[in-house]
Amino acid sequence: MALRHKASRKMVSLPTRAIIPEGDVDKRPILETHHLGIDFGGLTAVDDLTLAVGPTEICGLIGPNGAGKTTVFNLLTSVYQPTRGTILIDGYDTKGKTSAQVNKLGIARTFQNIRLFSNMSVIDNVKIGLHNNVRTNILSSFTHSFGYSNVEKVAEQRARELLSFFGMDNLRNTQAGALPYGAQRRLEIVRALATNPGILLLDEPAAGMNPSETVELMENIRRIRDTFQIAVMLIEHDMNLVMGICEGICVLNYGKIIAKGTPDEIKANPKVIEAYLGKKAGN
Amino acid sequence: MNFLSNLISGLSLGSIYALIALGYTMVYGIAKMLNFAHGDIIMVGAFATIVFINNLGLPMIVGVLLSVVVCVVVGVLVERIAYKPLRSSPPLSVLITAIGVSYFLQSLAQVIFGTNQKNFPKFIEITPVHINELTIKGESIVTMTVTFSLMVALSLFISKTKIGKAMRAVSEDKQAAELMGISVNKTITITFAIGSALASVAGSFYGLTYGFIGPYSGSMPGIKAFVAAVFGGIGSIPGAMLGGILLGIIENLAKAYVSTELSDAIVFGVLIVVLLVKPTGLLGKKTNEKV
Repeated sequence: MALRHKASRKMVSLPTRAIIPEGDVDKRPILETHHLGIDFGGLTAVDDLTLAVGPTEICGLIGPNGAGKTTVFNLLTSVYQPTRGTILIDGYDTKGKTSAQVNKLGIARTFQNIRLFSNMSVIDNVKIGLHNNVRTNILSSFTHSFGYSNVEKVAEQRARELLSFFGMDNLRNTQAGALPYGAQRRLEIVRALATNPGILLLDEPAAGMNPSETVELMENIRRIRDTFQIAVMLIEHDMNLVMGICEGICVLNYGKIIAKGTPDEIKANPKVIEAYLGKKAGN
Repeated sequence: MNFLSNLISGLSLGSIYALIALGYTMVYGIAKMLNFAHGDIIMVGAFATIVFINNLGLPMIVGVLLSVVVCVVVGVLVERIAYKPLRSSPPLSVLITAIGVSYFLQSLAQVIFGTNQKNFPKFIEITPVHINELTIKGESIVTMTVTFSLMVALSLFISKTKIGKAMRAVSEDKQAAELMGISVNKTITITFAIGSALASVAGSFYGLTYGFIGPYSGSMPGIKAFVAAVFGGIGSIPGAMLGGILLGIIENLAKAYVSTELSDAIVFGVLIVVLLVKPTGLLGKKTNEKV
């Protein structure tokens, strides 16, 4: 990957959790945060967030509504600049970088409420994602625009491959906004994958899906990890999905991590139960 | 026959408005701002053409192309210096700044070229074409050929190329586009460059049509092109083309059949009526705010 702005590469520690996928043992994490925090005015939305994600790990970020999960995603993708702390993507510090620059470092995401380019065709949405990998300049863009350049052919082919991966190749000329809900969700994932990320952030991917669609989504997430050999980090309220596919889970409440561990550890953790269900009465 | 020839000169004038309107509409669509200095870029382009052809004696094509370069540089500089620092300011600040830039360019032209109007070189001499009793001016033919080819080229550029797609993506959702690795700043710069280039070509043909250029020559076609962009639906590229052409035709027919003095009033009157019936303009899209 060509890096336009070479950031200082930092020496980093290994994932801090005990349980990581076997393949990731002794490997540098794709994503790390150290004491990350952000304040909005006087309100501390995220505080002292330290975590690490292995290069082929599926991990979950859960917590009650308003815990700051989406804020964490916004920090990781430079939508917000953190007030405190450090974010390292593939070892590179993202401080002061724009969203476009951190995307080039290898992080891509989907949104809680679908944000496709709904007036564009399905394949054009994916080609926008491929933007990074297909390099043209404005001049060659002009000279090739009528001859259908080689670069454009490569983008077309790659976009169709990615769509086929999700069985959407036949929909490629449909307007993105006209797709059914489930297909729009899938397209958002394809578009994010097209930017060739090292870690994919999914913000409530199962929202609004029925149980059978959720099962299909779980398979797809596993397939993404296995095929592209990338990490996936997801925010989700559907506990069957989270407990079913995540290798590591991080629980957030009031902007702070209250628990980290494997699904079984999380299920048994009294702090997590308290955050979700409240304290036992009479204590 | 008289009607037809009026229609054709209206079409020719309208295609100039359309070129200018494209700059307004693209900048609005992508940077979500009204660049009221856009009209003055026309004036800059026309003066540059005068300097290159009359004063430096360059061949016509070279002069016009160099004036495009000048306008692109001015347009990009204006964006970088005046608008970029205000990217996250309230829209009103940007609007006031644009008006300031407009006055700045006009005053700068006064300092350099004086307040008098200058003769514009007749850089194209083509004998009029006669079809039966219908006469079409040579300039009209060249104007329409060039402007229509530019519009086709621009449409292809926007729909087919990578940069065109990035521009559409940024106009739909800046943040999502940025997260796909598209540099929003770069895209906005490219938009200003393209808009200014079109304005420069429009300036040369505007000068050719009227024969004179002064420091304020850009403001009236600028305002009319803005009207054309709103008329067609601001933010919509086919809308700007349609709006510009219709405006030119209405203006010319009003001049021919109603009165020269009233023609501008009629043009703006039509805008008011259209906006009353269709507030988003002819081809404008309705934006549904989610509640």
